[in-house]
Amino acid sequence: MSGFPHRHLLGIEPLEPAEIQLILDTAETLREVLDRPIKKVPTLRGKTVINLFYENSTRTRSSFEVAERVLSADSLSIATATSSAQKGETLLDTAKNLEAMNPDMIILRHAASGAPHFLARHCRPSIVNAGDGAHEHPTQALLDALTLRQKKGRIKGLRVAIVGDILHSRVARSNLWLLTKMGADVVLCAPPTLIPPGIEAMAPVTYSIDEAVEGADAIMMLRIQRERMAGGFFPSTREFHIRFGLTEARVKRAKKDVVILHPGPMNRGVEIASEVADGPYSVILDQVTNGVAVRMAVLYLLLGGGSGEAAA
Amino acid sequence: MSNRLLLKGGRVVDPSQGIDDDLDVLLEDGRVTEVVARAKPRGAEIVDVSGRIVCPGFIDIHVHLREPGREDKETIVTGTRAAAAGGFTAVCAMPNTDPVNDRAEVTRAILERAREGAAVRVYPIGAISRGSKGEELAEYGDLREAGCVAVSDDGRPVASARMMRRALEYARAFDLTVIDHCEEPSLAEGASMNESAVSTILGLRGNPPAGEAIMVERDVLLAELTRGKVHIAHISAAASVDAVRRGKARGVRVTAEATPHHLLLIDELVRTSSYDTSTKMNPPLRGEADRRGVLEGLRDGTIDCIATDHAPHSVDDKKVEFDHAAFGIVGLETAVSLCLDRLVAAGVVDLTRAVALLSTNPARLLALPGGTLAPGSPADVTVLDLGRRVKVTPEKFESKGRNTPFGGWILKGGPSMTIVGGRVAWSA
Repeated sequence: MSGFPHRHLLGIEPLEPAEIQLILDTAETLREVLDRPIKKVPTLRGKTVINLFYENSTRTRSSFEVAERVLSADSLSIATATSSAQKGETLLDTAKNLEAMNPDMIILRHAASGAPHFLARHCRPSIVNAGDGAHEHPTQALLDALTLRQKKGRIKGLRVAIVGDILHSRVARSNLWLLTKMGADVVLCAPPTLIPPGIEAMAPVTYSIDEAVEGADAIMMLRIQRERMAGGFFPSTREFHIRFGLTEARVKRAKKDVVILHPGPMNRGVEIASEVADGPYSVILDQVTNGVAVRMAVLYLLLGGGSGEAAA
Repeated sequence: MSNRLLLKGGRVVDPSQGIDDDLDVLLEDGRVTEVVARAKPRGAEIVDVSGRIVCPGFIDIHVHLREPGREDKETIVTGTRAAAAGGFTAVCAMPNTDPVNDRAEVTRAILERAREGAAVRVYPIGAISRGSKGEELAEYGDLREAGCVAVSDDGRPVASARMMRRALEYARAFDLTVIDHCEEPSLAEGASMNESAVSTILGLRGNPPAGEAIMVERDVLLAELTRGKVHIAHISAAASVDAVRRGKARGVRVTAEATPHHLLLIDELVRTSSYDTSTKMNPPLRGEADRRGVLEGLRDGTIDCIATDHAPHSVDDKKVEFDHAAFGIVGLETAVSLCLDRLVAAGVVDLTRAVALLSTNPARLLALPGGTLAPGSPADVTVLDLGRRVKVTPEKFESKGRNTPFGGWILKGGPSMTIVGGRVAWSA
C-alpha cells in the first residue's frame, strides 16, 4: 500500500481495513522514536498544525502536542470553552481566521457531532477529528487498536467487550467501526437506556456484563458521566456499579490474559472497581504512550505524503 | 375598469368540479366567468396555454414569511414572490414572527404589508396562545375578525393537553381550525434529527417518531372530546398517519398535511450529505418505513393536503455546526416540480389528486376563497407545464432563503404561470 488516500481524518467509518493497518504499522515504526535519547525527527519541519480544542481535554491535546513536537511541526494550541465561543465568534469565523495563517492542518475537538466535517467542507487545511460530540474519536480507537495488537499480536478474531455508556460515547463508535472492520468479535454491554437505537445491527448487545465479559480477550470500559444520572438513564451510581460495573469477580470470567482498556478519566467505583483499574491486566498507561505514536502516524500520513520511509 | 384574460387551449384540471378536459378559461374583473370549450374572447387578452394544464390556484397553508421581525430571512414581498414563482396563488402565514401574531394589530399589520406589496394572497394564521407560550389563549375572536384563517403555535408544540383542549373548544365559537405542530417536548429535547440507526452512527441526538405520534393521538382524542377541528401540520411518522386514519374513520374532525420533503427524503440523507444543515428540519426527515407510511396516507386520503413548511433562514443560521443550525428548509419554489416529477410522474398520485392536494383541499380545509375554477370564484389560476425541465438552483430563488436539500435536482414539470385575481403574478 503506497500512500494514504485521505486528506482528512474525520472518523474510522470511512477508512478501509488496509488504511487502518497502514496507520497502525506507521505508528509502530514511529513509536521507536519515543525511546531515543533525542526524541525529535525533522519529518514535518516547516509544517504548521493548529490544535483547536472547544472542549476540555488534557490527555488528547497533550498527546497531539507531543506528537507534533517529536515530528518537528510548528504547532499552536487554542483552547476555547464552548460557552464563550457561543457568545462570540462562530466556529467558521475562527477557522477562517486561522486558515488565513496558512496552517497545514487543524486538529479539532468539538462538542457538536459533525463539526470536523463542517470545517473540512469550508476550509483548506487537513482536518483531524480529535473527538466530535457523540460521533467519533478516531485516534482513540487507533491507539486502542495499537495497544491490543501489541498485547495480543492481532486484532482479528479477538473477543472484545465494550461496556458502559455507549449512547453518549464517541469512543465506543470509533472502536466499534475499527474492531469490526479489522475482524474482531465485539459485544456491547450497557443498561438499555444507554444503548443507542440500531446499534445491534453492528454488534450483538447484552444487558448482562457477566455475559459480555465471558471469555473476553479484551474489555473496553467507557466512562460513565455522573450527570447522566440526572438525565434518568440509570437510578444511582451504586446500582450501576453493582449491575454493570467491572469488578474483580467479573474479570475472572474473561480469559486469563484479558486486557482492560479505558479511555480515561475513570470513575473508580462506578464503571470500574479500583482493584481492576490498578490490576495487572490494566493497559491504561500503554494506551497513553500509544496515543502519541498513533497521532504521530496520523500527522505523518496526512502531512508527510505517506509514501516514503516512515521514520526519517 | 375591465380586466379580461382568456386562457386558451389548455387542459383544465379542476377536482372541485370533477373537470379534466380541454377547455378555455375566461377571467373577468378578478373572477372566473367561463370554463367552456372555445370561449369567445370578448375583448380579453388571450394567453395561449395549449399543451399546458390549467388548475385552480395552488394554496400553501404552511409558510413562514418571517415578517415582522426577521426581515433578514424573508419578507412578505420576497416570500410571496417565491410563492408566485413556485405556482402558488395564496399562502397562509404562520404566526411565529416577532412579535408573534397573537393579536389583531399584528394580523392587521401583516395584511397591510401584504396589500402594499405581496405577489400572492396572504392569509395570516393567529397564535393558539399568547406569545405562543402555551399558557393563555390568544383572543381568537379578534384574530378572526382581523383576518386570521386558523390558529397555531407552529414551531412549538402545545405541550399541555389542557391548553389544547381549551383551544379546540374555544376555537369552535369562531369556526377556527387549530393547527398543531405535534411533538412531545420531553422526547425531543436537544434533538437535531430523527432517532434511528442513522442518528446513532452520526452521534446526533434523535427525536423518535413516537414523540410525534403520541401528540397526534392526543389531539385526535381531544378533537373527539371537544368536537373541535384539529389539523396536523407536517405529519412525518407512519404511526401519526395511522392515528389520523383511525380518527377520521370514527368521524373526528381531524385533517393532516404532508410536506414534499417528508414524502421524498429520509434521514439517511443527513449521513450521506455529511451533516449538511439543509437536511435539518423539524419534524426531521424520518426513516424509510415512516416515509412510506406518509406516502400511503397521501394515497388513501388520510392526508388532505401538501404544504411546504417554507422556512427561510439566513446563511448565518445554517452555515454552522449541525447541532447549532436552525431548523427548516425553503419549499415554495420546489414543491410543485417535486410533486409533478416524484409523485405524479412516479405514479404515486394522479394529476387530479395532486391538484386536489395543492389547491381544492387546502382551500376547503380552512374555508379559503379559491381552490376551484367554478364561475364566480376568484380568478386565481396555476398553469403547469408537465414537460418543462426544471433544475433546482437556490441562487436564483426569489426567496431570501437558500436552504434546500434539493439544490441541483433536475425535475420534469413545473409551474408555468401564476395568476392572482386575474393578473399574471409570475410567468416562467
